[in-house]
Amino acid sequence: MSGNEAVALGAYRAGVRVAAAYPGTPSTEILEEISTYPDIYCEWSPNEKVAMEVGIGAALGGARSLVAMKHVGLNVAADPWMTLPYIGVNAGIVVVVADDPGMHSSQNEQDSRYYARMAKVPLLEPADSQEAYEMVGLAFELSERHDTPVLLRIETRISHSRSVVEHDEKRGQVDLPYEKDAVKRVMIPGHARLRHPVVVSRLEELEKEAEALPLNREELLSPQVGIVTSGVSYQYAREAFPDASILKLAFVYPLPQMLIREFASRFHRVYVVEELEPYLEEGLKALGLDVLGKARIPRDGELDPNLVGERLGELIEMDTGVKGGGWTPPHIRPGLPDKTVLPARPPVMCPGCPHRGLFYALSKAGAVASGDIGCYTLSVLPPLEGLDCQVCMGAGVSMALGLERAFSTSQVNADKAGKSVGILGDSTFIHAGITGLIDMVYNQTAATIIILDNRTTAMTGFQDHPGTGITLMGKETHALDLEGLCNAVGVDSVRVIDPWDLEESEKVIREEVGSDHTSVIISRRACVLLERGPRDLLYRVDEEECTGCGRCLKLGCPAVVMRGEKAMIDEDQCVGCSLCEQVCKPGAILEVDASG
Amino acid sequence: MVNVVLAGVGGQGAVLTARILAETALSAGYDVKTSEVHGMAQRGGSVVSMVRWGEKVYSPLIPVGGADYFLAFELLESLRRLEYLSDEGTAIVNEYRLDPLPVLRGDAQYPEDALNSIRAYVAHLVELDARRMAAEAGNPRALGSVMLGVLSVFLDFPTDAWEQAINRFVPAKAREVNLKAFALGRESGAASV
Repeated sequence: MSGNEAVALGAYRAGVRVAAAYPGTPSTEILEEISTYPDIYCEWSPNEKVAMEVGIGAALGGARSLVAMKHVGLNVAADPWMTLPYIGVNAGIVVVVADDPGMHSSQNEQDSRYYARMAKVPLLEPADSQEAYEMVGLAFELSERHDTPVLLRIETRISHSRSVVEHDEKRGQVDLPYEKDAVKRVMIPGHARLRHPVVVSRLEELEKEAEALPLNREELLSPQVGIVTSGVSYQYAREAFPDASILKLAFVYPLPQMLIREFASRFHRVYVVEELEPYLEEGLKALGLDVLGKARIPRDGELDPNLVGERLGELIEMDTGVKGGGWTPPHIRPGLPDKTVLPARPPVMCPGCPHRGLFYALSKAGAVASGDIGCYTLSVLPPLEGLDCQVCMGAGVSMALGLERAFSTSQVNADKAGKSVGILGDSTFIHAGITGLIDMVYNQTAATIIILDNRTTAMTGFQDHPGTGITLMGKETHALDLEGLCNAVGVDSVRVIDPWDLEESEKVIREEVGSDHTSVIISRRACVLLERGPRDLLYRVDEEECTGCGRCLKLGCPAVVMRGEKAMIDEDQCVGCSLCEQVCKPGAILEVDASG
Repeated sequence: MVNVVLAGVGGQGAVLTARILAETALSAGYDVKTSEVHGMAQRGGSVVSMVRWGEKVYSPLIPVGGADYFLAFELLESLRRLEYLSDEGTAIVNEYRLDPLPVLRGDAQYPEDALNSIRAYVAHLVELDARRMAAEAGNPRALGSVMLGVLSVFLDFPTDAWEQAINRFVPAKAREVNLKAFALGRESGAASV
């Protein structure tokens, strides 16, 4: 099973009764999988901060709770995260954070291990699905034994790698009585001053646990070559150097200092193999050990066995005399075709994607567009090139406010005043956009917010959210009324458009962008992967009429291809959205009845 | 240890295909690891899945030059990931071209001689039109099962293990088509050996 599935099974096994998350690659499937087990209340929260607070409440209330998020989600939840260790738990709480080295689907590749150190919270790092499963149970025991949250850090290659898990499905039972303890749980300064020393001294006890934990494992083989590693990096190191001695750490905050010293004492120098930041390396250096890590191992991107072998092999040979350091380079056939000359294949918005029409219509408006996190971020690529800037969830709204303030007080950028547009999805708007919109109205800002309401959280794989009217547990519920919400925060001008109707979309955008008030445009059409297009109505190019002008290509639709001098529509891919027909000046794109 | 790299375009079904392969290897009692790509990379982008099995598997990632079998669902993606193939490995290549956006827009050239470059480089090559064969079986989207059918000829897993894995992971309404696609692939694979 995948690492994410293993975490879910571990949660079920540990008797978790409450689980919460906001979807985010690579962590999404943890909660999706949890929702398949009986007797666990689980929810998609509006954002990660809410999810964590739900988890804290549940833990105080005596139910084991698990909260999952991707690395940048932990930034959103950082506020409760930093104070949670002060108030402690009742039943255990485990926070699972999934980092994304290599940024397969993320805007940065931060190393979340530092969050454990910053909050003084124990940190476990599994190296495969089996360990992920086991460590969830262990994390809950630690959490309750030491009255602390526990951070379980995984990475993309744990989350989305599958490996064998031996398990039983016996459900644990944890149901602890709730007793009021306001001095411990209400952090007025006077109480917090009492609690901080507890958090600090807790670390000594935790370090003893780390020293004794069998999952921190010494694999003593070579008497000359010693490597310290953790998580998936262990797998790369083990494969690259099959004969090396390895200290494989699983409990990585606080570090088991005695164990590390003992291991390191066997070697002149130890090598640290870890992805992203020199977290372990700094810890070892602080112990005064002779360590080599990031001097050779990259600090960005993913590792793999070759990379580890290549970067350390020669060096280890120089240090120890072991040939190649024990690494065997791969045999690559000579004459490999040069891949650097190949055209790239960036991800694209799907044929029929409702975002396409909106960005095409917006391209006429001379707007400065601040984007957000979702499929629509792909509009930054040619030919739509629809975004100017993007940072994180919700920032599309607030940055638009800032841009407008800069433009409206500027001489050199005066022509852009009123042209700021913030663009984000329905799920993202609920996640972190609402407060920015309140700010916009409150401070009387002449900017436009476009909510791309595709009725789902698309990029992460179609999760429901408060606007869809369905819960993670599959229940029908109140569907958030976006128009009513925007009206309620004081936006008078809320317009709803169908992005498959270019003329109307362009008209509404023209009227709202550049107006003197805060306006919201809701571009509403379900994700085409959720609700396919007409299917019985496709489009094709009349070659006689096609002038080869290329206007249809400006849509960036993968179904529209240039073959020689003429455009062609791939009927396998076409879903009948009609955008190409709408933009074709000579009228060379025609409807085809595909129903028969 | 046996290493298989699957390269294709997001949406072609490489993730599901890898899962069926992994399940088959697992049913034979091996330690199995796979690696797949979710999220943004799936939106029509270039994707790679990996499956490894043996007595004990460490890394979920197959190193460059480490793949015994290379299943390419598309020609350009085949060229892009050819480096994973080991020097004596076997490539199973779907002769299918899917233009990426820069090519559609005329900003870049599709490598017209892709198949020849692959032929010149690969020691053991099986070429097939898996999409056409899948269409013959009932649905061009079942091309992953055709590819697995070809691969099955080179591996000693029993046919019913493959079929059980297909039944487990393919939705009920598509099972028959995928089993047929697998059989067609296996036939064609047997003819190529």
